[in-house]
Amino acid sequence: MDGFGRKVERFLQFFAEYGGYRKVLEGLQNTLTIAVLGLIIGILIGTVIAAVRVVPKYKMLPRILNAVCTFYVGLFRGTPMVVQLLIFYYVLLPILGMNMTGVQVSIWVFGLNSGAYISEIMRSGIQSVDPGQMEAGRALGLSFSTTMLQIVIPQAVKNILPTLGNEFIALIKETSVVSFVGATDLYVAFSYIGSNSYEFMVPYLVMAMIYIVLVVAITLLIKVMEKQLGKSDRRK
Amino acid sequence: MSKQAEENKEVIIDVKGLKKSFDQKEVLNGIDVTICKGDIVCVIGPSGSGKSTFLRCLNCMEDPTGGQIFFDGVDIADMSVDINIHRQHMGMVFQHFNLFNNKTVLQNIMLAPVHTRTAALKKNKAASGYTSAAQIKAQAKEEAMALLKRIGLEDKADVYPSTLSGGQKQRVAIVRSLAMKPDVILFDEPTSALDPEMVGEVLDLMREVAREGMTMIIVTHEMGFAREVANRVLFIDGGRILESGAPETFFAAPKNPRLKEFLSKVL
Repeated sequence: MDGFGRKVERFLQFFAEYGGYRKVLEGLQNTLTIAVLGLIIGILIGTVIAAVRVVPKYKMLPRILNAVCTFYVGLFRGTPMVVQLLIFYYVLLPILGMNMTGVQVSIWVFGLNSGAYISEIMRSGIQSVDPGQMEAGRALGLSFSTTMLQIVIPQAVKNILPTLGNEFIALIKETSVVSFVGATDLYVAFSYIGSNSYEFMVPYLVMAMIYIVLVVAITLLIKVMEKQLGKSDRRK
Repeated sequence: MSKQAEENKEVIIDVKGLKKSFDQKEVLNGIDVTICKGDIVCVIGPSGSGKSTFLRCLNCMEDPTGGQIFFDGVDIADMSVDINIHRQHMGMVFQHFNLFNNKTVLQNIMLAPVHTRTAALKKNKAASGYTSAAQIKAQAKEEAMALLKRIGLEDKADVYPSTLSGGQKQRVAIVRSLAMKPDVILFDEPTSALDPEMVGEVLDLMREVAREGMTMIIVTHEMGFAREVANRVLFIDGGRILESGAPETFFAAPKNPRLKEFLSKVL
């Protein structure tokens, strides 16, 4: 264990004295920013797609929108996140002539990607709500979208909150691929410490611990939210 | 009711040749009926006869596949009309209550009035008759509390529907539709999902609403209630109205053989 003690010392030295902590803080901040903003964008996109999918399809417009959404979901679920990141950063941005940092691209790609997954989660959530809820809203003269926003989606979100939490956890962990487009995340920060100190064991263990702490914190947060939303519910 | 009085009444719903089919299956094969203001119409028939579908077509919960439904002179079976406007004047009470689970009892009652009135205010302030969103809310709350008081549930205003009994839920559902001050209320088997001991309280409230002159169309299996409250009873079977008439003659001297058979089973 003597060797391990030395390794810890070496890590702490690089962490504290050679600016390693700054890199780690930057990485942590980027990881959280990408995951949180990605989730928010994903929820917005996912909700819109899910709503389009459950709209009655008598008319032409909903059918076209539905086809677009099917294509979108197929595209983003059918390719790995890394591939999407690379294509956005190295193919789409130059073509569009846009200038974006790795972190910004990552936020958008994470949002677009999780939107595809969340749309399916949200759709099953919407379909799990008793159709009578929609009927009651419509029978009172409320529009489809009002009833959806006021009645159905709040109940759907309550039903899918645990699954949505899983999606957030998956996003946090998946941020470790953003180094492909030059963004600094936790993985980049600890690799930086590792390669400068020629010692990878402790940095990677600490990195794993930080991920675990993040995930446990999110799990607790979701539990609290579930309890809050469960006020109208009989099952406790 | 004398012939004279019948003719003086104002027609509110006029159904002409109403048809509805699900995929290939025809459920309604041409229904013609006229409903006047203040009518209490009970619709009876065996299960699968199309009576619920008929009721659900009246506010286009199910889109009719043929025929016309004139509500206050407008054909609402026409897909191009804004059905939401018409539904605001046509309440509906469901077999399974369908109270909004994520809203308290008070919010359940207030939601639609507040929403539709606020929309009217935004659209045209002068014509709406309201001054502000806050005023609409306050007024809706006052009205909702008065309705709750009427059914003796004012102490339940802030609880969620999951804590109410079936009878309480259905009474809240009825006052929820009353809160919109509709011209007609459609009842789709309002007591069928209730425990027997709770049927009475719901029927009592419906009786009260009927006495106040509300136009009601009620799909029901409660023959005693139909006989007592209705001024007209319709018998639907096989997607057609086979017999209709005042309850006295309808129940005492049925003419249609199917109706005779049905009544012999249920009475």
